[in-house]
Amino acid sequence: MTGLDVVFVLVGLLTAAGAVLTVTSKNLVHAALALAVTLAGIAGVFLVLHADFLALVQLVVYVGAVAVLFLFGLMLTRAPIGREALDSQNRGLALAVSGGLFVVLSTLIVLAFGDVRVDAMTGPGIDVIGIAIFAVWVLPFELLSMLLLAALIGAIVLARREDGESGEEAEVTRIEVGDPPINESDGPPAEVAGDGQAELPAGSGGGGQA
Amino acid sequence: MSLIGPLLLATFLFCVGIYGIIARRNAVLVLMSVELMLNAVNINLVAFQNVLFPGEEAVSGLMFALFIIGVAAAEVGVGLAIVFNMFRNRATVNVDDVDLMRW
Repeated sequence: MTGLDVVFVLVGLLTAAGAVLTVTSKNLVHAALALAVTLAGIAGVFLVLHADFLALVQLVVYVGAVAVLFLFGLMLTRAPIGREALDSQNRGLALAVSGGLFVVLSTLIVLAFGDVRVDAMTGPGIDVIGIAIFAVWVLPFELLSMLLLAALIGAIVLARREDGESGEEAEVTRIEVGDPPINESDGPPAEVAGDGQAELPAGSGGGGQA
Repeated sequence: MSLIGPLLLATFLFCVGIYGIIARRNAVLVLMSVELMLNAVNINLVAFQNVLFPGEEAVSGLMFALFIIGVAAAEVGVGLAIVFNMFRNRATVNVDDVDLMRW
């Protein structure tokens, strides 16, 4: 067991714990932050596997953009919080399906690749990756750029308000708990009117004027 | 370094993603589980590339992983737009309540 294996086990445990927390957390924001931890851990796994460029891409795209996008998505949709509201009734079925699949797949993997080891792992350098992108994979690369453009336009069209009126949300999205916020219009204006000449704190300013 | 560690981690992440897709009701959390599964596949691709085919000319595994990252970014954008639209029209992000196209 080399040092690389030890590092991989540590990063892998962090990643797995983050993934489990992502799908079991009762709090939506905690789930999104656990997802960010998981994605960062996967970037660490890429580093251990000597894929430096992919690790950086993972950090920039996933941890930087997608996790923030998910946080925005959670904050813009006011969803109820709690295990009963977040999880459906078929949690046992989900556990059975995923656990059975894990057992089958891991058995197959151990049987097929259980004895494959490399002593010194090498990854391709950034020059090899660049030449491969623009020599071999040019057409998929350009297609991916077109796909991203189409997704950008599609997302804007989908998320836009229907007929362009400003600011009015639908009636059903209102939150119905509590009272309307208290109107505190008498606090700050009195303060402003009181200290026309001095920036002292409120107590000492009032004493000086009295 | 052995190949089996990354493969087992990827399998675990994939199964956790499946659990999340089936067990969660919030549409945003379902999208997050889909992201977990896509990342598990990326780990597999990179591990096979760098362990089994280290000196390949066209670095196919890394290229597929890069393309998956790009497509996943597009998928998150469109998916969240659809979720926002659903929330605006029906005031819910619960995937059990969206059964208009159910057979």
